[in-house]
Formats: sequence, structure tokens, C-alpha cells
Amino acid sequence: MSWITNFLTSSIGRKLIMSLTGLFLIQFLLIHLIGNLQLLVDDGGEKFNLYAQFMTTNPVIKAASILLYAGILLHIIQGLLIWKQNSGSRNTRYAVSKNPNVDFSSKNMAWLGTIIMVFLILHLWQFWFKMKFGTVPPIDYNEGTGPVKDLYTLVAAAFKNPLYVIAYVIGMIVIALHLKHGFQSSFQTLGLNHKKYTPFIKGLGLIYSILVPLGFAIIPIYFYFFR
Amino acid sequence: MKLTLKIWKQKNNSSAGKFETYSVEADEHMSFLEMLDVLNQSLLEQKKEPVVFEHDCREGICGSCSMVINGQPHGPNKGTTACQLHMRYFKDGQTITIEPWRAKAFPIVKDLVVDRSAFDRIIQAGGYISVNTGQAQDGNAIPIEKGLASEAMDAATCIGCGACVAACPNASAMLFTSAKVSHLGLMPQGEIEHTKRVQSMVTQMDSEGFGNCSNVGVCEAECPKGISIENIARMNRQYIGSVFGSQTKVEKA
Ligand code: HEM
Ligand code: FES
Repeated sequence: MSWITNFLTSSIGRKLIMSLTGLFLIQFLLIHLIGNLQLLVDDGGEKFNLYAQFMTTNPVIKAASILLYAGILLHIIQGLLIWKQNSGSRNTRYAVSKNPNVDFSSKNMAWLGTIIMVFLILHLWQFWFKMKFGTVPPIDYNEGTGPVKDLYTLVAAAFKNPLYVIAYVIGMIVIALHLKHGFQSSFQTLGLNHKKYTPFIKGLGLIYSILVPLGFAIIPIYFYFFR
Repeated sequence: MKLTLKIWKQKNNSSAGKFETYSVEADEHMSFLEMLDVLNQSLLEQKKEPVVFEHDCREGICGSCSMVINGQPHGPNKGTTACQLHMRYFKDGQTITIEPWRAKAFPIVKDLVVDRSAFDRIIQAGGYISVNTGQAQDGNAIPIEKGLASEAMDAATCIGCGACVAACPNASAMLFTSAKVSHLGLMPQGEIEHTKRVQSMVTQMDSEGFGNCSNVGVCEAECPKGISIENIARMNRQYIGSVFGSQTKVEKA
């Protein structure tokens, strides 16, 4: 094998992939949230549907989305490989194990990730798959774009089902926990630990991991109760 | 003080182990190892097999007294090795569970003794500096900035006991390896062989079967010498830096 494959299969190389793909997903989540908050605009979904139309047809966004699929897959596959390696590093478990002050998230990243994966499958099947491969009834706003797919009505219908609302809220709590550790951890993995900047990164990570999942969770709750 | 001890007994790495229960009468001024000495003395007098544990300096500098006491490597006291742990931190009538380090890379020799030669092999891979023999150089000939010297010194306090591996949920040896990489690489004498050192030590660490680092941080919390995970970050960036920024090619683990 060459030096590059040796590097990518080393413990630090594997973690570098986790960290870079994780950070990439983190920036995606923020953009995804900003776009989705347009669902809350009370205009019968016009703004959101035109935005969705743009996101699914613009060539730059289309290229970026391929990068996103690759990033998610790489993060998941690498995460599962690391998990397998880590669980093989100790044959006998401790009878008594006491870890004072250890963040719950940090020890359960793989479990949290697995739940996120299940949520992701539900989420993609529900909206992404239908948008891409299913038939979503068109609607025309006479804005010169022609008829666009009415994703808004699909979302609104889904979030009338309390089971979906609960699933989404749980999904967001799990993402919040994953990111509570993941955000700051990815910087440590990159080697960015600094007496001056690390407290700031940790603070920012905590704020991000609360606000972004909360922003997402508001959408199904709002639709269920107020639309 | 009267104590009940649940101690892991295991003949060797290929046989199955189990907990044995003992009672011992200890004094609160004893160290944890002295308490085990008292137990072993009474076991010998009863013609029973003593509990095998490792020790040497008994002053917290050799790193051999490895044992997990009530779920914590080196016991409940922060920044203390088992030999320096006093019995006054335990209560009369308490039950104490004692287990060996548990990691695939540290096979059990007997009872509480594990084979930590994986650490030796990591050191052999690059944990040294090459110096030509001859006259010792004047100590002050190479100026070293105080902050740097302190950081190197802090990393050099690592006694290689393996508590970091024992505490880590992934049994990762990143804290140990990074402490060694740091204490040598931060000094001008060690910086020369630095890019090669960080690669060969990480490669050796990986080939020993330790887990990966999830940045959990229990290693730092349980380290009897308080080695910081800042060293792990330093090793990460120096390893990545040496992979892409030097001519040295990473070898297969
Ligand atoms: C919303 C999507 C996700 C985001 C934003 C995200 C982000 C992150 C970040 C930033 C890290 C820290 C990397 C590091 O410590 O260097 C991480 C770690 C991890 N992620 Fe994700 N992740 C996501 C989804 C998933 C999924 C679906 C899995 C599925 C298995 C997963 C599994 C893991 C694992 C196992 C780790 C820990 C690796 C380790 O430190 O040992 N993640 N994630
Ligand atoms: S016996 Fe040497 S450190 Fe405990």
C-alpha cells in the first residue's frame, strides 16, 4: 500500500476523515436549517417551494449535493469501522466502571450516530425520495418559473401525523447530543487545541448543538399545532 | 478498619479468571499496596496463594502498580498512583473491587499483573533522540524558552503506567504516545528527528491493537500525572503535518 492509504487507515487518519466529514455535515445542517425556516412563512408555501425548486435544479447545488451524499456515506462507513475497531480493543469488560465527569455523548457517539442514521433513512424516504423519484403534485405561482413541485403541502401533511412529529423531535435531540461532543471533538482531532481558542470553540459548539436542532424541531411542532 | 476485597484472580492469559472475595484488617495510615501486603501475608500464613500485583518504587514514579480500584485506575484519588493512595480514603466496612487493566494490547500475566510491553515497543519505535557519544554538552549551551521547557517537562512526567489505556472506553494509547512524542519533539534536540518519530510511534501504536481516540477525555482525568489531552491534539497535528509536509512516507501498521 502507498503512504496515503497507510495514512488513511491509521487511527489518526480515520479520525481525520470523521472530523472533516463531520464538519462538512455541520455546515450543511446550518444551511439546510436556514432554507427550511422558510416553511414558517405564512404564504401557502410559495417561498419554500420556489426555494426547493431552485435547490433541486441549480447545477452548482446539484454538484454540491453529490459531495454531500459522499460525505454522509463516508462519515457513516468510517464511523462504523472505527466503532468495530474500538469494540475489539477490550476483551473483558470491567465489573465496576466509574468515570467521573465524562460527557455521556462522547462515550456514545456510535449509538447516537446509528439513531441518526435511522432517522436519516426515514427523512430521506419521506421527502427527498418523493421529491426526486416520486410524483409530487405541481403548483404554479405565476412567477415565471412555471409549475413547481409542491413540497410544502407534502411537509404540511406529514407533520399532521403526531408520530412523525415525535420522530422528528427525537431525531433532533439525538443530533444535538451527537454534536454536543462532535463539534468540539472535530477540532481536537484536527489538532486544534489552544489555550485561547478552545474555550471559544467549545462554547460555540454548545450553542450550535442546541440552537440548530431546536430550529429544526420547531418546524414539525409548529405545523402540528398551528397549521 | 475492616474491609472486604473482591479481587480478580487469573492464572494466566489463556485461562479464565474470576473474582475471589477476601477480608482484611487494615490501618488507615497504610498505603493501598501495604494493605495488599497485609492480605498476602495472611494468605501465606494460611498456606493460600497470594494475590499477584506489580509494584516497584512505591513512590509514584515507576508506574508499575497498575490496578483498577472500584472502577477507577489507581483508585478514587485524583493525581495519585495506587502505591501513593492512602487507606484513609476508604471507609470501615467498605467493599473494594480490584481488577487488572483491561485492554487487548495488555494481556494478563497473572491476577492483577498485565504485560505492558506494547508501550516499550512504542518507545523503541521512536521514543528516543539520537546523540553521538562524547563529552556531555554544557547544559545551558542551547537556549530553550521557559514555556516550551515547562510544556515538555509536563509531558515528560508520564510514568507509562497505562492508566490512560485502562480508563479509555476504547482502550486507546493516544495519551501515552502523545506525551512521549511531545516531551521529545518540543525540545530542540528532539525536534530534529521529529517527523519520523511521530510517524513510527503512531504506526507502532496502531499495530499493537489499541483503540482509536474518541476525545472522551477520561485518560486525562484518570492520569496520575495529570497529562493533558492537549498533547493528543499536538500529536494529531504533527502526525498529519508530517504525512503531508515531509518526505517521510507513512508505513503500514
Ligand atoms: C447530522 C449528521 C451528522 C453530523 C453533523 C455528524 C457530525 C459529527 C462530528 C462533528 C463528529 C466528531 C468527529 C471527531 O471527533 O473528530 C462525529 C463523530 C462521529 N459520528 Fe457523526 N455526524 C452525523 C451523523 C452520523 C451518523 C449518521 C453516524 C452513523 C453511524 C455517525 C457516527 C459517528 C461516530 C461513530 C463518531 C465518533 C467517532 C469517534 O470519535 O470515535 N455520525 N460526527
Ligand atoms: S509502585 Fe511505582 S508508581 Fe506505584
